[in-house]
Amino acid sequence: MISLKDIGKACIIALWFVALTFPLMVIKVNPIDRIIIWRWHNMLWVGLGSFLCYLAGRAWLMRREIRLRRIRQGLEAELPQRTPLSRRIIQDPVIHRPLLAAGALFFLIFPLLFSTYQTNIMITALMYVVLGLGLNIVVGVAGLLDLGYVAFYAVGAYAYALLNLHFGLGFWTVLPIGGLLAATFGILLGFPVLRLRGDYLAIVTLGFGEIIRLILENWNEFSHGPSGISNIPRPGFFGIQMSLDHSITYLYYLMIAMVVFTIFVVNRLQNSRIGRAWFALREDEIACQAMGIDKTRTKLTAFALGAFWAGMVGVIFAAKTTFVNPASFTFLESAIILCIVVLGGMGSIVGVIIAALVLILLPEYLRAFSEYRMLVFGAVLVIMMVFRPQGIIANIRKTYRIGID
Amino acid sequence: MTPVLEVTGLTMDFGGIRALDRLDLRVNPGEIVALIGPNGAGKTTFFNCLTGLYRPTAGDLLLTPPDGGTRRLNGLKPNHVTMQGLARTFQNIRLFPNMTVLENVMIGRHCRTRARVLGAIFRDRRTRQEEREIVALSVSILKELGLGDMINEFAKNLPYGAQRRLEIARALATDPLVLLLDEPAAGMNPQETRELDELIRRIRDKGLSILLIEHDMKLVMSLSDYIFVMDYGKKIAEGTPEEIRTNPAVIKAYLGEDMDDA
Repeated sequence: MISLKDIGKACIIALWFVALTFPLMVIKVNPIDRIIIWRWHNMLWVGLGSFLCYLAGRAWLMRREIRLRRIRQGLEAELPQRTPLSRRIIQDPVIHRPLLAAGALFFLIFPLLFSTYQTNIMITALMYVVLGLGLNIVVGVAGLLDLGYVAFYAVGAYAYALLNLHFGLGFWTVLPIGGLLAATFGILLGFPVLRLRGDYLAIVTLGFGEIIRLILENWNEFSHGPSGISNIPRPGFFGIQMSLDHSITYLYYLMIAMVVFTIFVVNRLQNSRIGRAWFALREDEIACQAMGIDKTRTKLTAFALGAFWAGMVGVIFAAKTTFVNPASFTFLESAIILCIVVLGGMGSIVGVIIAALVLILLPEYLRAFSEYRMLVFGAVLVIMMVFRPQGIIANIRKTYRIGID
Repeated sequence: MTPVLEVTGLTMDFGGIRALDRLDLRVNPGEIVALIGPNGAGKTTFFNCLTGLYRPTAGDLLLTPPDGGTRRLNGLKPNHVTMQGLARTFQNIRLFPNMTVLENVMIGRHCRTRARVLGAIFRDRRTRQEEREIVALSVSILKELGLGDMINEFAKNLPYGAQRRLEIARALATDPLVLLLDEPAAGMNPQETRELDELIRRIRDKGLSILLIEHDMKLVMSLSDYIFVMDYGKKIAEGTPEEIRTNPAVIKAYLGEDMDDA
């Protein structure tokens, strides 16, 4: 089944990977003893690994191709269309109800089971769930590629930091203010980019993200520059003094509530008149207008409602770290959030949640691989996009049952 | 009788090229009017001007609903044109491929409904009621067009003829006064074309006026009450199907000059 040509190709690919990972896997510099350690055995593993991976992938593809050809020729009956596992899990209540209950239970007792350190990581992951769901409205549902999403996150975080510093406003007051302020910024960004689409839109939003970061970095009188703002109070609970551990647990439950709230709202939005207009806008802008949808308003609501969540999470972020500076709002953040949306599946709420948890928790738990963890992380992204471009869970449209009349 | 749609002196320039040259056209209520002409004559440009996708250089587009009150359509955005009562289909099908058949039609109801963000989140009684009405109406349109048994399919998975009908269904959902069909029979087999012929008549009988661009002459001649012919952006003839069939200018435009000498 596998020809000599394939083996030759596999050899080339193995060599290529060896060359690519050579500086990282083979050379190890010990700056103290000033010696270089050559780890040649690593080279062997990389070469062998990529050789076998290529052949396995090739064999799998060929088998699929042969089967497809036989089906086309009528030699083999087409297999009855299997519903993919992911869809079965979501649509079959017998499967998804217990799963959902188990998940909910797990997240509810999480702080009791794990250390404060783990809880802290989970809070971060949950924040990215909300960020992902917010960006999902803009990118996944409305199809507007936004590379500057982190700007709205920064707006929320600095809204809390500054309003607290100057006016002494508390967390709960600023939470909605931060969201609304970010939504306003979303509309401000939306106006100039209304006519842009695709790559052009991506570049302008990228610029917007950088502008916000650079303003925060350089306008010392306003934002305290690169040194940031510290001593931001943690979220309060009716004025009760809490120990650090307790306040982290409190923040965790707050974040859980926030995630539930976000899922509820985003889900309802997607299955509404406005949500449909967003999907239509993603599918075909011209047809969308010709069917009577106001393009301007639809785009602006998408930008505003997407930014709203980033603003809220920004406030929570400032309260969690008790410190904000511009270094937390680099382009990399936007890229990670975008990865969450694409990896999860454009427009799919469940997919985005899973992707956020995987993408944020994976690097943490890959610490066992220490220096290779980013390599593994990158490989996971590449493999996902090659073999499952539609994301972990492809967006599922609502179906309607119509009575026979 | 006041025409429901009246176009006078419509001109469209692209830079130095005049794509439409002082075009006049009328559609009377309840009429099926065809716009024909060789490839590149400017028929689709005409539709695009009419529906607000292009902004015409000069001329007037007037729409008169049955209750009177003529409205000018020039310079309106496409979505406002649709709201005024002009709905179209596209020559190269432009459905929303990754949405279901029903959702495609529900999109057509967008401009006739009002639910906002807060309504969507809280799902108050009015929003739920409106949503139910959208679904009910969309389903009834789909059933009428013979698409009732595939409402939950993705639009992209429909066979070609069904996609064409779905485009018409989507346009009908916007409650138009005039339905603009851009080559509805393109790529259809004779059987499908016959069904389309009946379908268009049925739509007309419900009181709509129809303006269609079509290359299938058999369909045009059997359907139309009145025909306009264009070539190189100009109107070269108009009249009933019988008049058009024998009009020398039309024959020249379609077949070229001096066929006998060739």
